[in-house]
Amino acid sequence: MGGRWPYGLTSVSLTRRQALQLAAGAAALGLTGCAPSAREATEEQSEGSLVLISTQFQPVQEAEKMRSAVLAEFGRKVEFLGEEQGPFEDRIRAEAQAGKGSVAVIGGQHGDLVGLAADGLLTDLSDLTQELSGRGFNPDYLELAKVGGDAPVYIPWAQASYLMVARKEAVGLLPQGADVDSLTYDQLAAWGQRIQQEQGSRRLGFPAGEMGLLHRFFQGHSYPSFTGALNTQFASAGAERMWQWMRDAWALANPQSTGYAFMQEPLQAGEVWVAWDHQARLIEALRASADDFVAFPSPTGPEGLGFMPVLTGLAIPKTAPDPDGAKDLIRYLTDPKQTATVARELGFFPPTATQQLPEDLDAGIRAEADAIAAQSTSQDAVASLLPVGLRDQSNPYNDVFRTTFDGIVLKDGDIGPVLAAKAKELQSVLDAVKAPCWQPDPESSGTCKVG
Amino acid sequence: MASAPAVAAKGDTRRRLGWAPYALLAPSLVYLAVFFALPMVNAFGLAFQGEAGGYSLEPVRRMLGDGRFGDALRTTLLLVVIIVPIQFAVAMSMALVVNARLRGTDLWLYIFALPLGISELAAGIVWFSIFTEQGWLNSFLTQLGVLDRPFIFLDYQRPVLLILTIVVAEAWRATSIIMVILVAGLQGIPRDYLEAADVFGATPWQRVRHVILPLLRPSIRVALILRTILAFQVFATVIALAGSATNVLAGEAYRWYQNLRDARVAAAYATLILILSVASTVLFLLLLPTEEDRSA
Repeated sequence: MGGRWPYGLTSVSLTRRQALQLAAGAAALGLTGCAPSAREATEEQSEGSLVLISTQFQPVQEAEKMRSAVLAEFGRKVEFLGEEQGPFEDRIRAEAQAGKGSVAVIGGQHGDLVGLAADGLLTDLSDLTQELSGRGFNPDYLELAKVGGDAPVYIPWAQASYLMVARKEAVGLLPQGADVDSLTYDQLAAWGQRIQQEQGSRRLGFPAGEMGLLHRFFQGHSYPSFTGALNTQFASAGAERMWQWMRDAWALANPQSTGYAFMQEPLQAGEVWVAWDHQARLIEALRASADDFVAFPSPTGPEGLGFMPVLTGLAIPKTAPDPDGAKDLIRYLTDPKQTATVARELGFFPPTATQQLPEDLDAGIRAEADAIAAQSTSQDAVASLLPVGLRDQSNPYNDVFRTTFDGIVLKDGDIGPVLAAKAKELQSVLDAVKAPCWQPDPESSGTCKVG
Repeated sequence: MASAPAVAAKGDTRRRLGWAPYALLAPSLVYLAVFFALPMVNAFGLAFQGEAGGYSLEPVRRMLGDGRFGDALRTTLLLVVIIVPIQFAVAMSMALVVNARLRGTDLWLYIFALPLGISELAAGIVWFSIFTEQGWLNSFLTQLGVLDRPFIFLDYQRPVLLILTIVVAEAWRATSIIMVILVAGLQGIPRDYLEAADVFGATPWQRVRHVILPLLRPSIRVALILRTILAFQVFATVIALAGSATNVLAGEAYRWYQNLRDARVAAAYATLILILSVASTVLFLLLLPTEEDRSA
């Protein structure tokens, strides 16, 4: 609690000041008389603090660690602001329109940066990529950072993924022949069934609350595992099997799952024994008592082990007030020392080709790292990208998966008709931004076609 | 009522005060205009705007056609209908306790007013930790031996129970605002009336029924209007307790703005909440006329 208030207050006063600057900047377009004061304000800022806004590390505790542990040793003051993807993109676009920015560096998932890159709002970072080539970035990530163009527009910052965590007492109840490190979807359901029989309670858990990431389970894990694809197989026979599985598994999940956002809490409380979630939303359970939990890869389906690595990068908007300062900040943040701090404090791993984790890593984070390594190096791994190129449609896109879940699982609708109706919605979302298919769907010429 | 000298006195006061009252009112008027009236007008315009600008009923049509609209409207109305009377009855009892001027009256007032200082979301989280499967209530009941295993209150398959937990949380959180208004009203009732009632041998219930309630009518009206409007806006408590298992109008407005990135449909929801609030206000004004209204 001690550190929370001052931080909260700084960020509030900062946003207000920036809002005023934005307003001043906008006014300057029409009224030349206002221009000097707006310029003064920007200059004052460029000498002082740098603004870093990020769609990652938004939760209060994570943002606090960014400020107190990760950014503390950078020579200049950095104002770190966590933003939802929507307002994040709005802000960068508004600054671009005003022709005057206050944000120096932006941090986001690959998918958050693609839309801005496509509209040419991000600085070409070829020179910085070249300069930082000794950092051992995963070459796939450097390719992704070009966002389909010739020059990289962001520098890889951190990677993360989704995985499963179970309480130790659940492991003893695994169905016969099942190995926790190579579970199939059917075995996962059988496990939930066995726990229910032995314990009398539904102990699987899914983050189906308003703030939960259940849609990523469908997009990156269950769809690719059952269909080998995503949008192009949205209403296929494989998809129908997946939703039937989901319905069966849901019947074995704690009925409070509709309220869960971070699975670490119900796992710690014992309300849930086996859960799937983002690594950062499971870490507290493992960190608090690594001996009581096991971390293991997501299950394998008929088409393989679908999983979704999340790449986070750092970019500089073209309107950044102090581009050299911004580059300094990126050099600092991608330094192995800082990426190790991010791993230690926030549980996101360095985006390197080989696993480069600090020696003194917490046992819980180590357990997650091992499970994720096992997941991504599995023989039948089907890697998915986070949705790419959806721009302002990324939330509507996610909403299609959430409402499909509502319709089929919560409201018990017939799978075929619900999927048929939702496929149309999905297509109109993709059409709205003419998004081409992304991995694991096969490449498309033009807009991705929902199948 | 007003006699000629009274009118003259009023005129004198007005002359003596000059422009001062208007100057004092101006800041709050400007504040209301900029931060309430203007956004309200804008939201209203947005709710009836087509994709390319210009007038259109499309946002309203999309709101009405959304699969979650019916549920959200039903749940919100249900919450209003259950919460407001319960809170009113509880707040009235609390106000009478405070006003009875027992020893330590101030202490009661502070204790009752405590939840006023807690944000809606924080209150929701507090109640979530009470009602969740491994929460306080279940621990308490299992230790007492009432339950042999935790009971799941926040089960999406038991919507009635979910709504009841929201009602309890809301009642705890927002009853004190009504109480404060009622206490202020009670303290404005001259003691002479109550003493007169005592002289004529009125029972405590008769005093409440025939003296206090009629004189309290203006405060009751304000309290009911305020609480009903707030009940139409209920949001964070619902999110914290029920998550995605139930939805309310304000939650849908948030979802359309934040998740679906459509400010126009969000504005349509906001406009609907506004219309419901205005309608309930008019209803209370008609149902609970004050003496002044009647004489007018």
